[in-house]
This record gives sequence, structure tokens and C-alpha cells, in this order.
Amino acid sequence: MYDTIIIGAGMSGLAAGIRLAYFDQRVCILERHTTIGGLNSFYRLRGRDYDVGLHALTNITPKGTKKGPLARLLRQLRMSWDDFQISPQLGSQIAFPGVRLGFSNDLDLLRAEIGREFPRQVDSFTRLVEQVIEYDDLDPSHAEMSAREHLTDLFSEPLLVEMLLCPLMFYGSAREHDMDWGQFSIMFRSIFMEGLGRPHAGVRLILKLLVRKYRALGGELKLKSGVERIAVEDGRVVGVVLKGGQQLAARHVLSSAGWCETMRLCDDGQPVSIPGKNSAPGNGPARNRNAGRLSFCETIAALDMEPGKMGHSGTITFFNDSPRFDWRQSEAPCDLRSGVICSPNNFDYQRPLDDATIRITVLASHAYWQQLGESAYKLEKLRWYDRITESAVRFVPDYRLHVIDTDMFTPTTIVRFTGHDNGAIYGSPEKQFDGVTHLENLFVCGTDQGFVGIIGSITSGISMANMHCLRD
Amino acid sequence: MTNAEIKKEILDILQAIAPDEDLTNLKDEVSFRDQIELDSMDFLDIVMELRKRHRIQIPEDDYIQLDSMQSTVAYLEPLMKDVVA
Repeated sequence: MYDTIIIGAGMSGLAAGIRLAYFDQRVCILERHTTIGGLNSFYRLRGRDYDVGLHALTNITPKGTKKGPLARLLRQLRMSWDDFQISPQLGSQIAFPGVRLGFSNDLDLLRAEIGREFPRQVDSFTRLVEQVIEYDDLDPSHAEMSAREHLTDLFSEPLLVEMLLCPLMFYGSAREHDMDWGQFSIMFRSIFMEGLGRPHAGVRLILKLLVRKYRALGGELKLKSGVERIAVEDGRVVGVVLKGGQQLAARHVLSSAGWCETMRLCDDGQPVSIPGKNSAPGNGPARNRNAGRLSFCETIAALDMEPGKMGHSGTITFFNDSPRFDWRQSEAPCDLRSGVICSPNNFDYQRPLDDATIRITVLASHAYWQQLGESAYKLEKLRWYDRITESAVRFVPDYRLHVIDTDMFTPTTIVRFTGHDNGAIYGSPEKQFDGVTHLENLFVCGTDQGFVGIIGSITSGISMANMHCLRD
Repeated sequence: MTNAEIKKEILDILQAIAPDEDLTNLKDEVSFRDQIELDSMDFLDIVMELRKRHRIQIPEDDYIQLDSMQSTVAYLEPLMKDVVA
């Protein structure tokens, strides 16, 4: 009998596992894939190392900072700032037609840039910063308010509203066209006020640190162990049954599989509503909530020289080719109007990376990519690789003559590695912030609990383990 | 454990939870919260570390007793008197 079984060996599951194993629980993490990481992973292809998921860590505060998500996470995992070997970004940009706003890990740069491009909006920006600081994560009363409406009231320049929403939506809005005010505030702080950074070795360093720590504390990790169903008896989870038929008993189950995905695994039949959550008359059963629909394609190009040497020194470029930023499920196979260009080389490292790469992320249609047969899929990847790159080089120096190898992921790849419905990177637009389900000892963590990004996922695992699995 | 040993153990736990904090000038009678950066997750960890290290169970209603070094030692004294240092 395990004290806790955790479904999924991504960032949140591993972090939860560390907390529980540290406090002497018998813990088992079940991962259906052959490797750890889930949405954030890494691989080696034709002699080069690549990251998936991670562009940059958010919430980067300098060593010695005692407040904020990064400091708290390190304390909770009994790790030190130096373990993560984080180098700060060199500087990023939000690029719209005719207007560019630079930002760095110092909020004053963004303020000055807004002063240059939108001189009459500076006071409103100062007010926005104050409101974001005041937002209390623990007080849910304004959490679901529309960030778009709020910004539209605050700023008289619609273009600035779009430019501020663009990077924050790309890095974490599961809601289409809009963002919850709570999510906006958390993301604004993590990206604009704390900042971006990256470990020299990329996401593999973080995953290896987590898994090593987890195992050293006696935690068990079973790879290639997909969960067939969560076994329920009398309103309680009694354990899980693996795809191979093996049964494992547990006192708690913490699932990072996603909300809808976890509900489908439960073998107790009809949907039921959750007390306190969407249980108002007329609402459908909360257990049946909508899966997210926002998915992505990403191209990866290996280059024969560092991007900096060809005049591209920006860390992240968020681009959009019209004054209005459209954040919704792509109707085309890929939405070429906007995207994120990431250059992992452009962080302030002590020594350069071994390989030079540029990655471009754009919204994509899961429905389109998932219906392709094998050969059409391969062909379409090539076709859209070219189109995505062509779109991006409108905003950064054209690097196409320097490309020596390429790869690409699609919504189909995301489904394969994460199991998320629709390849929805940020999961369902409805979050379950307290992590509870209709069953008293089944909880969710990870994307659908409500925190995104690497720091967010780790925090999610820690806080759900603390809140639900640690005390009894 | 004597009260001095309990205090030493609490300092050791605080150092484990917040390795970057300088605890040398911690005042016994002043709330921990007013002297070091500790949030509710960290307070849970004091409780959990005591359980891990000494099998001491502290009910949630008593967490409030762990406010300062003085109140913590006073609260733990009867619970830890038989613990071997």
C-alpha cells in the first residue's frame, strides 16, 4: 500500500513526489511514457541536444531573494539557488507592426519603452503595476475577472492592450481571446517584474535534479506504466490499475494527467458535481468541464553560428503582424499571424552553449494535425516548417541560410507526450485551484490545477502535496 | 531534551527550511515572522520536520504556539522531555 500514488512524472508530479518522500511517505510516480518530463522534456537528435517546452524559466529573482515563487520553491524542495544554474535573459521584445517594446528582468526598461512608444499611457501603466502587485493570489474574488476588459478601461491605446496581452497569453492563458485577471497578474509578475532565465544545460538539468532528489529520498518511479483506471469504492480511491493489469493500492492519488483526463480514468461511472465549484443551479456537472483547445506547433532550427553573430541578440521575440492580437484556436493548420521566437543562446551565460538554435512557436489546429496519415503528416510538417519560419523572419534577421538541421513538433506530438486532450498545452480553461475532486482522496496537480510554466508546475505539485497528502 | 537542546534543534530545523537566513541574531521573544521570511508553507515544514525527526504530532489547532522561539520551546518542552538529544 502506497501513501500516495502520483500520476505523471512531469515537473508537478516530481515536485510533489519530493515533498512526500522527504517526509517519509511511501510514494510511487507512474509515468506512461518511456521518459520523464511530460510537457517539458529534452531529447538528442542527430548529435544535438534539444529542449521541448521550456523557452525560459519565469519568476527569476536574483540569488538571495527571500520572497517570491522561486525562493519559496527552493526552500520547499531543500534546494539552493545555485543548483538551478540560472542565467538571466539578455533582453526580449514584443513586436507589432511599426511598434516594438523591449523588456528585460528590470521593469524600468518596459516602463521606458512604453514611455517612448505610448507617452500618454505611462501613468496608466504605473497604475496597472500597482494593481498587479496588490492582487492577492489567495483571494479568489477577482481571479476570474476579464483582464482584457480591465486593460481596455485602463489604457486609451488599444494597441498597447494587445501588446501587453500577447506575451502573457502565449506563456500561459488557457482561456481564448482573454485572460483571467488572476492569471494575468501572476504572469505579469513572473515575466515582467521578476523575469526570464535559463539553466545552461536547459530543462534536462531541472528534470535530472528533481528525479535524482526524488530517488535519493526513496521515491519510486515507474516508467512505461500508464494508468488504465483509477479504482473507486464507496466514494474513495482505493488504488490504480495499470495498463498491464497490475493493481496498486494507495491512500491518496494525486493526478497531473489533466482534469478531464483524470475524470475519465475514474471507474465510478456517472459524472457528479463538486461542492463549491460550478454547482449553481442550471450549470452542468463540473466533472464534465471543457478541455482546452489551444495547441501549438514549434519549429527548431540548428544553426551554424550563434544568433548573436548574425545580429539577433534578443532572447524571446513575441510577434504579431496586425494591430489586433487574436488568441484563439487556430482555424488554419498553423496560425502564421503571431508567434514566439526563442533563442536559447541569448542568455547571459558564463560560457556559450555547444549548439546554436532558434525555436518558433505558433498556435496550431489539433483537429487538422491529428487526422493526417503518416506520410501526409511528414509532408505537412515540412511545408509548415517553411511557412512558420518565413513568417518569423519578418521580425528577426533571416537565419535560413545558416540552418544545418531542423525538427518540429505539432499538436500530435504534444498529445503523445502529455496525454492532454486536443494537445492543449495550458489545459482546460476552467481550473481547480484547490485541487479537490468529487472523491475525498483524489486530487489534481499540474496544468489543470491552475499554475503554468516550470516554476508554476513545480509550485503546483508542492502545494497540492502539502495541502492534501502530507498531513494525515 | 533540555530547553537549550530543543532551541538548538529548532534553529537547526529553521536553517534546513531557510538555508539563506542568518539566524544568529534571532530574538527568542519576537515572532519568527517578524524576523525571517517564513510563509505558511514554511510553518507547515516546522511541524513536518518535528514529526520526521522526533515522531512528534502537533495538531493543526496548536500551530499558533509556534510563533516565536520562546513560545515554541515552551510548547515543545513537555512533548520533547523524553527525546534523547
